[in-house]
Amino acid sequence: MQVSITVNGQQRTDEVEPRLLLAHYLRETCGLTATNIGCDTTSCGACTVVVDGLSVKSCTVLAASTDGGEVTTLEGLAGPDGELHPMQAAFRAEHGLQCGFCTPGMVMAAIGVLADNPDPSDREVREGLEGNLCRCTGYHNIVRAVQAAAKAGPAAGQVPQAQEVEA
Amino acid sequence: MSILGTRVVRTEDPLFLTQGAVYTDDLTDERLTGALHATLVRSTVAHGRVLSVDTSAALEAPGVVAVVTAADLADLTPIPTGFPFVDAKYTRPWLASDVVRFVGDIIAVVLTEERYQGEDAAEMVAVDIDPLPAVVGTVASASDEVVLFPEVGTNVIASFGEPAPDDFFDGCEVVVRQRIINQRVAPVPLETRAASAVWGADGRVTLWCSNQGAQMAKAQVAAWLGLDPALVHLITPAVGGGFGAKIGADPEFALVAQVSKLVQRPVRWAESRSENLVGMLHGRGQDHQIAIGGRRDGTIEAYSLIADQDAGAYPRFAVVLPTLTMLMTAGVYAFPKVHAQARVLATNTTSIGAYRGAGRPEATAAVERAVDLFAAEIGMDPAEVRRINLIPPFDTPHTTSMGATYDNGDYAAALEKALAAAGYDELRAEQARRREAGDVRQLGIGLSVYVEITGAGGESGAPTEDATVEVHPDGTATILTGTSPHGQGHATAWAMIASDQLGIPLDKITVLHGDTDLVPKGGGTMGSRSLQQGGAAVHQAAGELVELARKRAAEKLEANPEDLVVDLGLAGLAVRGTPGVGVTFAELAADEQLLVQTTFSAAAPTFPFGAHVVVVEVDVESGKAEVVRVVAVDDAGTILNPLLADGQRHGGLAQGVAQALLEEVLYDEDGNPTTSTLADYPFISATELPSFELVDMATPTPMNPLGAKGIGEAGTIGSTPATQNAVIDAVAHLGVRHVDMPTTPMRVWRAIQQAAGQGGN
Repeated sequence: MQVSITVNGQQRTDEVEPRLLLAHYLRETCGLTATNIGCDTTSCGACTVVVDGLSVKSCTVLAASTDGGEVTTLEGLAGPDGELHPMQAAFRAEHGLQCGFCTPGMVMAAIGVLADNPDPSDREVREGLEGNLCRCTGYHNIVRAVQAAAKAGPAAGQVPQAQEVEA
Repeated sequence: MSILGTRVVRTEDPLFLTQGAVYTDDLTDERLTGALHATLVRSTVAHGRVLSVDTSAALEAPGVVAVVTAADLADLTPIPTGFPFVDAKYTRPWLASDVVRFVGDIIAVVLTEERYQGEDAAEMVAVDIDPLPAVVGTVASASDEVVLFPEVGTNVIASFGEPAPDDFFDGCEVVVRQRIINQRVAPVPLETRAASAVWGADGRVTLWCSNQGAQMAKAQVAAWLGLDPALVHLITPAVGGGFGAKIGADPEFALVAQVSKLVQRPVRWAESRSENLVGMLHGRGQDHQIAIGGRRDGTIEAYSLIADQDAGAYPRFAVVLPTLTMLMTAGVYAFPKVHAQARVLATNTTSIGAYRGAGRPEATAAVERAVDLFAAEIGMDPAEVRRINLIPPFDTPHTTSMGATYDNGDYAAALEKALAAAGYDELRAEQARRREAGDVRQLGIGLSVYVEITGAGGESGAPTEDATVEVHPDGTATILTGTSPHGQGHATAWAMIASDQLGIPLDKITVLHGDTDLVPKGGGTMGSRSLQQGGAAVHQAAGELVELARKRAAEKLEANPEDLVVDLGLAGLAVRGTPGVGVTFAELAADEQLLVQTTFSAAAPTFPFGAHVVVVEVDVESGKAEVVRVVAVDDAGTILNPLLADGQRHGGLAQGVAQALLEEVLYDEDGNPTTSTLADYPFISATELPSFELVDMATPTPMNPLGAKGIGEAGTIGSTPATQNAVIDAVAHLGVRHVDMPTTPMRVWRAIQQAAGQGGN
């Protein structure tokens, strides 16, 4: 079947199997390999992306059901000049990543946390990221990164496309 | 001011955060164009005779190119354990055709054009297995009622040590004995295992795989496949966590290479998480009998640890884990008598290997629990019992009765720092208040004081590591290292070390690793060795590069070599007292290649130490424990980059809490895993942890010029028993003496009920 999906601001049309998962569509069809797959039970969140403004686990969404939608992955966050999105910058400044495997999903989920709550407490960040697993950081610096990003203003809780829509 | 010791953000991160790191399954190398996808057919029976493997239906399935079974690999020799002291009959078949020994044993490889086709076709491989009784757990294994390898005749793979003499505890006023289970856990790096292979026309195989040391992995793959090592080019792409479970090669990696050779096509394999949780090495899995004796004044006189190590079905690193446990038996304590003994036992389960700490957390867990049991028995504060029995501060090597030579340490200072930071007296007062009031949420305070061994391994087992530093004519530099970062930040750290000596800015230094053609020698990253050996090697190489440059600069400037000094602002050498007169390293490199390759050898392993205080609240009605504070003093010698060191501590602390509180790999009595997905395995999440309170302490080691000890595993080693002790402490006033890990609500609740004499089975 054919799907038309706007991925990181660029609309594309692809022929896909009806059973193709969005995670595999992004990785294999679009070649966007930042989005990782860490489990097969929707438990780890490594594959989290933003679909139409909501952070979702792309291993649990069919590419077909995203037809006509907008998807943002980690690759779509930085500015055209390479300027880091406030969440990316905060993850770097606070050492919120080590091996980097959970990071793309964690960053996208963290943006979703701030979209819902622009000034979350330590506990609220933890609850917001409960579905995203990390083995390296003990979550300590991830929580700090999300709180630091919150201080950078509302852009930290938005993906670039959403900003354009609002503007 | 030196960059060393400062908080430097990682040079790796911009790529990781904008494009994502390139892991094995992300590779787009053109040599892998048209690669087939390998899907492994694994046994769903723990122990049984393979009656038949019928591939006919699978071969008809869409996209199937081949289904490889044991007969196709008959040319290969079964995989040996690699341990010379283990019976050579313990071998692992490449593909099982006679007997399967665990759920996950590999039976066939399905090769398909597309990934999804592999999952479909693998289900069509019909495997008929006649079940045999399964051996689950060390007690069943030791009985030898069912033996995994009848040709060996016993499940005991190895034994270490002798029984304690009969009079070992004579004279003790108090002796406490306890069986303690250090349960099996799953490492769960977020990246599962993956491998890709392609053979060149020259007969060489290029193998990409997720591992913690390319050179060791290459040597194993070559040996297993009977290849000249020169014919194996192993590349380690970005690795999404290892935690010990990715040390060396796994048979799957070599299998991918071998099937690629059979079908003469490139082949890729990436396992699913449910495959990973049965196919990848597990960790821990020790069954302890401890006994501790001493006087009622708090003096401990004798301590004995007997450990049974579950090795799983095919002996891997579990074979030597108990030797590390035994070496560290007495930990930080000056017990006059120490005894340790261990066996390694085969069971019909996933093989066990190294997991963050690898043998040392087990030693610390046992002794820290033992000290608490002793303290409870004599009615003394556990902090006070520790004070009485700690090895006094020492700054010259201290050799223990178990044969470990600690470099230096001040355990009492670590303990006092931790107690002060935690506010120990106030916590005890709050605990007393809640006990008095009969609060539903009781407070538990758990301590542990630890010492561990780091940097024990290296190239060929010696504490050595290689490094190459080259400065280029454009002013950039390249470092080649034999370490294998997978989150630790070596690209930043090694660049800091070189920059500190050469003045070349971090963003002009590239660190390369994990390619056996580029870096033929190396010990990888494991055992908390990287900075103290690999970093020290970079330090040595940069120093030697300065000396090489000094000779050349002296000629070029017609100066006396002794008059030349490193000018960091110049990134070169200048004539002493004559500012502006000098030559840059880049200019020297333009004249002639400026490169140093060196091998650093450490004098000996190092022994970082620390003390952890964990505070929990336990709901005595439900048994649920919540960790509310983790206070950690970790002394790893001189800190190169506190940002990275703290990150290592955080991750280790979380994994320690996870083992104490939640995580356990479980099997039913037939050897079926019941925790083989992340929906079932209780991987610790952000909500189950507090933010950590880190306290700094740094006692430089004389064993390397950086003064650094290992920091990778300390968090896990200290926090596991501190958390367990805290949970038990919270309910100790109800009569609970011990609760095994993980201290789940059910376990804690039952312990409370039993202590109250109310049954609760």
